[in-house]
Amino acid sequence: MAAPETTNYCAGKKTNYKKTSLKKMIDQLPALIIVAPLLGAFLTPIIGWRYQHLCHPWTLLILTIPLYSAVGALLKVIRSGPFGYNLGGWAPPWGIEYRIDYLSAIMLVLIAAIGLLAAVNARPAGKTEFKGKEAQLYTLFLLQITGLLGIVITGDLFNIFVFLEITSLSGYGLIAHGEEGAPMATFNYIIIGTIGASFYLLGVGYLYMATGSLNIADLATLLPALYHSKIILVGFAFFTTGVAIKMGLFPLHIWMPDAYTTAPNSVSTLIAPLMTKVAAYLLIRILFTLFAPHFALSVIPLATILGWMAMIAIIVGGVKALAQTDIKRMVAYIMVAEVGYIVMGISVMNRAGLTGAILHIINDAWMIFCLFLTIGAISYRGHGREIYHFQNLSKKMPLTMAAFVIAALSMCGIPPACGFFSKWYLIMGMITAKQWIFAATLLCSSLINAVLFFRVIEKAYLAPPESMGHGHEDHEAENIERKDAPLSMMIPIIISALAILLLGLFSGKIIDVVIQHAVPAIF
Amino acid sequence: MTEYILAKYNFWIYVVLMMIGLYAMMGKRNLVKKLIGMNIFQTSIILLFVSAGVKKGGATVPILRHSDYGPEHVEHLIRVADYLNPLPHVLMLTAIVVSIATTGVALATLILIYKRYNTLEEDEIMAIRKDIRSYKTPRILRSKD
Repeated sequence: MAAPETTNYCAGKKTNYKKTSLKKMIDQLPALIIVAPLLGAFLTPIIGWRYQHLCHPWTLLILTIPLYSAVGALLKVIRSGPFGYNLGGWAPPWGIEYRIDYLSAIMLVLIAAIGLLAAVNARPAGKTEFKGKEAQLYTLFLLQITGLLGIVITGDLFNIFVFLEITSLSGYGLIAHGEEGAPMATFNYIIIGTIGASFYLLGVGYLYMATGSLNIADLATLLPALYHSKIILVGFAFFTTGVAIKMGLFPLHIWMPDAYTTAPNSVSTLIAPLMTKVAAYLLIRILFTLFAPHFALSVIPLATILGWMAMIAIIVGGVKALAQTDIKRMVAYIMVAEVGYIVMGISVMNRAGLTGAILHIINDAWMIFCLFLTIGAISYRGHGREIYHFQNLSKKMPLTMAAFVIAALSMCGIPPACGFFSKWYLIMGMITAKQWIFAATLLCSSLINAVLFFRVIEKAYLAPPESMGHGHEDHEAENIERKDAPLSMMIPIIISALAILLLGLFSGKIIDVVIQHAVPAIF
Repeated sequence: MTEYILAKYNFWIYVVLMMIGLYAMMGKRNLVKKLIGMNIFQTSIILLFVSAGVKKGGATVPILRHSDYGPEHVEHLIRVADYLNPLPHVLMLTAIVVSIATTGVALATLILIYKRYNTLEEDEIMAIRKDIRSYKTPRILRSKD
C-alpha cells in the first residue's frame, strides 16, 4: 500500500509540496464526515432562531460535506486499501480510531447519499408535520445522520455505543412528532431501544474487563486466546442480543412496525431505511471483524440460531404484511422480513451468502427509501394510505406511482432491478451451505412480496375509474386531476428509482470492486 | 455460599438491580414505573463498570507528582498495582449523560402521551386507542372532557 505513494512523491519535485499539502487536507476527510454534520446540527437552532426558512438550505449544504468526504474515502479505499484515522492524533489502542475499510466506506456513501436525499424530501412534509419547529426537525435530522455515519466509521466499541445512542435519541425525538399513535410507539421504542443499547454496553463492558481494550482491531488480536472464557461468551451474547434489538430481528421486532408507521413522513424516509441497515452492519462487524468467523460457527452455534430466527422473521414479516391494509404499515412489516434476509445471508457463513447480505443491505436501503418516499408523497397530496385509496392513483400521480412500481418490482426480485441480484446471491449462499429450507423460504418470500405489491399495483393501474356509478364516466375519467408530488419530493423519488435500476445493472461491478473485498478472506 | 456471594458482591448487586429494572420495564403497566425501571437498569450497568475499575489495597488515582519520583525516573518507578484504572469511570460519565438524555426524551414523550390520552396507564391508553381506531371518537376522552 505504501509503495505507490512513495513513488508518487518522488515523481515531480516541483509539484511535490503542493501535492503533500493537498494530501494532508484529504487525510482529514474522515474526521470531516462526522464533524461537519455534528457542528451543523449545533448551529441549526441558532440559524433557525431568526431565519427559520434558512434551516433547510443550511442542512442540505452541511450534508453535501459528508457525501463528498464519503465518496472520497470510498475512492481512496478502492485505490489503496483500508486506512485508519487517529482522532486527535492518539495512536489506536488508546485513542479513538476511525477505521475505513471496504464495508464501512460503501456504507458511508450509502448513508450520506440517502441522508442528503431524505433532507431534500423533508421540506414540504416537514412544513406541516413540524409546524414552527423546523429548526428542531433539521437539528435532529443532522444528529441522526451524524450518529449513523459515526457507527459505521468508528473503530472503537464504546464510541459505537455513543453514536448508537445519538442515533436512537434523535430518532425518538423525530418519531414522537408523528400521527395519532406516535407518542406511545416512541415510548415503547425508547424502552426497548434502551434495553438494546444497554445490552450492547454490557457486551463492551465484559470484553473490556477481559482484555482491557476497546479498539476493534486490537480486540480482534487479543480475543482468540480467550474464546473459551465465559466472560467473552456472555459479552458476545449481550452484543448479539443488543444489536438484534436495534435491528428489529424477529422476536425483538415489536417496536419497529409501530414506530415506523406512525413516524412523520418527512422523517420515516430517513430512519426506516438506514437504522436497521446500520444495525445489520454492526452485526457483520461483530461477527466477522471483532470475532473470528469460526467463533460464531464452532464455539457457540450462533449461526444456526440466527439462521432459524431469520427464517421465522421472513415468514412472520411476510404473513403480517399480508394482513395489513395500511400500506405504510405493510412496508414496515416487509422490513421485518428484509432484516431476516440479511441475517439469513450472514448466518450461512459462506462467501456467496455474505456477499448477498452486504449487497442486500445496500439494495434494501434504496428500495425501502423509495417506498417510503412514494408513500410520503402520496400522503402529502392528500391521498389515504389504505390500499383502496390507491385506486386510479397511476393517473393522478403517474411519476410517483412509476417509482413505486420500480421499487415494488425490485422487492419481488424482477431482474433489471437490484433486488433480484442480492436475492440471487443469498439463494446461492443457501445452496452452497445446503440449507434447502432457507432457500425455499427465500423463494416463497419473493412470491409473498409479489402478492403484496401486485394487489396495490392492480388497484393503482388496472382498477376501473372511481366514477363508475355516475353514468358519464368518460368525462369523469378525463377530469381526474393529475397532480404529482412537488419538485423537492420528486427529485429524491426519481433518483432513488434510478438508483434501484442502476444498482441492479452495475451490481456485478459493485461486487467486483468493493463487496468481494469486504467479505473476510477466509471464505 | 455466603462467602461466595460476598466475594463478588458488586456483581450480585448489579445483577439484582438489573433484574429489578427489567421486571419493571416488562411487568409494570404504568408508563412512569417503566421509565423508573429503565433508569434502574441503566444504573446497574454503570455500577458494573465503575466497580470493574476498583482495586483493593490503597490504590489511588493515576496522578504522578514529580516531587515523589523526580521527573526523569517516573517511568521506572510506577507500580501498576498502586493506581486505579480511570477509563471505566470516564466511560461511565458518557453513559450517565446518555442515560440522562434518554430519561429526558422519555419524560417529554410521557408528557405528550398524557396530554393526548389523559392517563399514563398502558391498559387505559390501549383502550382509548382501540376506540379511536373503531369509532373515531374515543368515549373515555369525551367523558373526561
